[in-house]
Amino acid sequence: MFEYAPAPESRSVVDIKPSYGLFIDGRFVDPADGGSLKSVNPASEEVLAEIAEGGAQDVDRAVRAARKAYEKVWGPMPGRDRAKYLYRIARIIQERSRELAVLESLDNGKPIKESRDVDLPLVAAHFFYYAGWADKLPHAGFGVNPQPLGVAAQVIPWNFPLLMLAWKIAPALAAGNTVVLKPAETTPLTALLFAEICQQAELPAGVVNIVTGAGETGRALVEHDGVDKVAFTGSTDVGRAIARAVAGSRKKLTLELGGKAANIVFDDAPVDQAVEGIVNGIFFNQGHVCCAGSRLLVQESVAEQVLDSLKRRMAQLRVGDPLDKNTDIGAINSAAQLARIQELTEAGAAEGAQRWSPPCELPERGFWFAPTLFTGVTQAHRIAREEIFGPVLSVLTFRTPAEAVEKANNTPYGLSAGIWTEKGSRILWMADRLRAGVVWANTFNKFDPTSPFGGYKESGYGREGGRHGLEAYLNV
Amino acid sequence: MTATTTSARSDLSELGRSETALRTFLHGLPGVDQVGAEQRAAQLGTRSIKTTAKAQAIDLAIRMVDLTTLEGADTPGKVRALAAKALRPDPADPSCPHVGAVCVYPAMVPYVAEVLRGSAVHLASVATAFPSGQAPMEIKLADTRAAVEAGADEIDMVINRGAFLAGRYAEVYDEIAATKQACGDAHLKVILETGELATYDNVRRASWLAMLAGGDFIKTSTGKVPVAATLPVTLVMLEAVRDFRAATGRQVGVKPAGGIKTTKDAIKYLVMVNETVGPDWLDPDWFRFGASSLLNDLLMQRTKLTTGVYAGPDYFTLD
Amino acid sequence: MSERVAVRKTYKLFIGGKFPRSESGRSYLVQDSNVSLASRKDARDAVVAARAAVKGWAGATAYNRGQILYRVAEMLEGRREQFVALGVPGDEVDAATDRWVWYAGWSDKLAQVYGGANPVAGPYFNLSAPEPTGVVAVVAPEAPALLGLVSVIAPAIVTGNTVVVAASPSAPLAAVTLAEVLATSDLPGGVVNILTGRLSETVPTLAAHMDVNAIDLTGVTDGELAADLEVRAAENLKRVLRPVPGDHDWTADPGLGRMTALLETKTVWHPKGV
Repeated sequence: MFEYAPAPESRSVVDIKPSYGLFIDGRFVDPADGGSLKSVNPASEEVLAEIAEGGAQDVDRAVRAARKAYEKVWGPMPGRDRAKYLYRIARIIQERSRELAVLESLDNGKPIKESRDVDLPLVAAHFFYYAGWADKLPHAGFGVNPQPLGVAAQVIPWNFPLLMLAWKIAPALAAGNTVVLKPAETTPLTALLFAEICQQAELPAGVVNIVTGAGETGRALVEHDGVDKVAFTGSTDVGRAIARAVAGSRKKLTLELGGKAANIVFDDAPVDQAVEGIVNGIFFNQGHVCCAGSRLLVQESVAEQVLDSLKRRMAQLRVGDPLDKNTDIGAINSAAQLARIQELTEAGAAEGAQRWSPPCELPERGFWFAPTLFTGVTQAHRIAREEIFGPVLSVLTFRTPAEAVEKANNTPYGLSAGIWTEKGSRILWMADRLRAGVVWANTFNKFDPTSPFGGYKESGYGREGGRHGLEAYLNV
Repeated sequence: MTATTTSARSDLSELGRSETALRTFLHGLPGVDQVGAEQRAAQLGTRSIKTTAKAQAIDLAIRMVDLTTLEGADTPGKVRALAAKALRPDPADPSCPHVGAVCVYPAMVPYVAEVLRGSAVHLASVATAFPSGQAPMEIKLADTRAAVEAGADEIDMVINRGAFLAGRYAEVYDEIAATKQACGDAHLKVILETGELATYDNVRRASWLAMLAGGDFIKTSTGKVPVAATLPVTLVMLEAVRDFRAATGRQVGVKPAGGIKTTKDAIKYLVMVNETVGPDWLDPDWFRFGASSLLNDLLMQRTKLTTGVYAGPDYFTLD
Repeated sequence: MSERVAVRKTYKLFIGGKFPRSESGRSYLVQDSNVSLASRKDARDAVVAARAAVKGWAGATAYNRGQILYRVAEMLEGRREQFVALGVPGDEVDAATDRWVWYAGWSDKLAQVYGGANPVAGPYFNLSAPEPTGVVAVVAPEAPALLGLVSVIAPAIVTGNTVVVAASPSAPLAAVTLAEVLATSDLPGGVVNILTGRLSETVPTLAAHMDVNAIDLTGVTDGELAADLEVRAAENLKRVLRPVPGDHDWTADPGLGRMTALLETKTVWHPKGV
């Protein structure tokens, strides 16, 4: 046997302070009411740092700082200069990427190979891409003189903490808005390091404000009267609540919410790559991915072979220390998320689906869940309808392309879909019919700053990335 | 998708009898998506193999080396020295394992045989008008028989790429089957020359064709064309031997050859073997590296691990 | 000779290509005519008709949709005097006709302007293209009765959506007459459905309906009602177009916004390899 020795990435590259304030008007400040939260390493349950919990007064202070910066500095600044600040930020992120990657893995639980090879390169690329738009807005196709909206309130999730920050802040700033961003309560650390990067880039005070906290902080932010734009990524339930909260206001809203994507494998698929795509689709980032391919729809004629290959491949997945460079599946982000995954998988078994996991030793401390698949799943099962947001795949079968489309679309969500077939015309036929914002054909979970991302139906509205991503932050 | 039922097992042996059946079968194999295959190979290449795992991998890699010289300028003296090195790669360290085999031209086989006699190091000879394969069939078979008679217990043959690319699969099949017969007890490694096959779909088809025709090993390259072994090509071949065993019950070995020069490269291949076909292939009987300069790098890295000091090339023999 | 007795028109709803009375049997007196007073059930029936029409209309070629919208302009031009007789100024009829022509031309151009290839950093073909969102509920502006109505229907349907329109309660005759134009323009039944009556009765039903994908609140003048409708729409995350100010200039260049707000962008990736 060829056992890989532990290959841990050094955590000495990152310096975590015992406690962090709020980043308002260019400085770290204490919260007005002194509340705090603890950010925990989900792989060890060790407390990483104490985090300020922003209250209504803090939110107000941040929004006022953002307004002032919008009116006095950022709004009037020529696009070419905004661009330079964004390029600077992109460069500093590239320079400090190892530090950011280690911090992300510590705080979030994701494997270092993903934070290092996926998250961080995309974060830098996103700033680089939108930097270039800052002085080209009249050419973006939204009229000759599109204007920023003002102050953007941005609330982001814990699954890709820094990447979601980039998706929010880069286009907002490029378009000339200022922002108040609330990172997720369990993963605030990279956002706080980003605040330091803003200081290092000498970004004018108030252009970016980071207010940490939990749900109440987020609510105070999106409901604040001084906000012109709300952008949220997270669960559909919270998205719905935000849509209600901004009803009747002037606030422009974009939402990137949940998903229950179908990954459809036809009998003529390039099977080894399809199996990789299935694995990547559901086990990437522990399945904490809104566009995860959580429903495998496999053509009945090849279901058995595909499942055999999939199980063999799943047995190769290495679950454990997120900082080990050979880890494929890290820790579940929080105890609460682990409980939700457990509840839904228990429901899956109780409803009669067959559960399978490869033999897999899980660490004793921390939050862990073995890669799991369910066969014998029907559209009626909860595990086929509800977003699990964990490393759990539900397998369903189909007989014809039309049936595949029907099953794939039979969900209130519509974020992404996958198609695996070597037949080009079938790919295009399927892609036309799938009600999803991103369709990956013979690949899965690919992202790029130039490529618009976002959902149909209850997966939200608006697009992030590409030229389309600017629209959310312009008065068009 | 490869069949795994017992009825399919008996079917496969009949395929070689008909050009149509061969074509239908080979073109019915699942396609390979180039981008996906290359990404998977690259991903496996990012595994970080350190300390004890690295030491274990280096020794295994040394045991898997087919120490090769295939030059027009090869002489008895040169190949004897090489064979001596195969037996004791690091004279300073008796714990260093011997390599898997020595690989030479047929004319050099007798000299190598003298040195290797009584050892566990195999003696491989290229044959069948290596590297082009462009000679009459009778000559190719005579070439093979001569090498075996001179003491080779492994034969590395080349397939007729022209016939393969022209779709004359039965012709390629028949040549392999005839060579296998000429080998007698010697093991047959079939060189696909993947650098000339242009697509991974072709690599998969050629792999199956070689296995169906009786090859004991499938090998990437002669080392004589610009593109030799690559990780994704080897990945596709590993998938083929895995699926072939599932379909027929027979295990076939894999040998990437050419272009593998560093320990880092070799370890990437071992990781790929480990995670694609598993421990059954992590053995010199089932996986080999066709290489020459690789061995010295393995030895230098081995010394670094035991002494903690980076080695220099002057401390290792150049044979 | 006695004067000829005129044949009057009954102003009914327009649902699924047909002109039914309200299932409730009610009507109301407006613009000197009895006009159907649509009920919640009529709204529901209209959504069913609109949903049924999505597949065919969204699946039609852009060229075909453009031809049909242009045909609507032709029919409207021919009925100019009929609208003038209802009190619609001739200039407004002309502007409404021209607006159909303008939007007709967008059917096969918008995807080129609003979609396109994305140069991703990898060996992938990557294309974004707009698609219709599905069924759209539309509250037509109170006025101008014809130009306002056309200005909200045409941008919604040109891209392949189907609509359920709540017509101006105070000036519904132009809407019903426009339905007659649509019915004779090769527009498939159900693509446009028109409800007359009280907004407070039909629109909340449409806003809450879980099989409606978007709602255009253009004609809602009551701020509280607008907020309430938006709250209802949040239940299934409908795309929402907020009300426009009463003094909006409907003769101005409409831009792309009304079309793009009712589109979904779909991005397709595929590897490039041999």
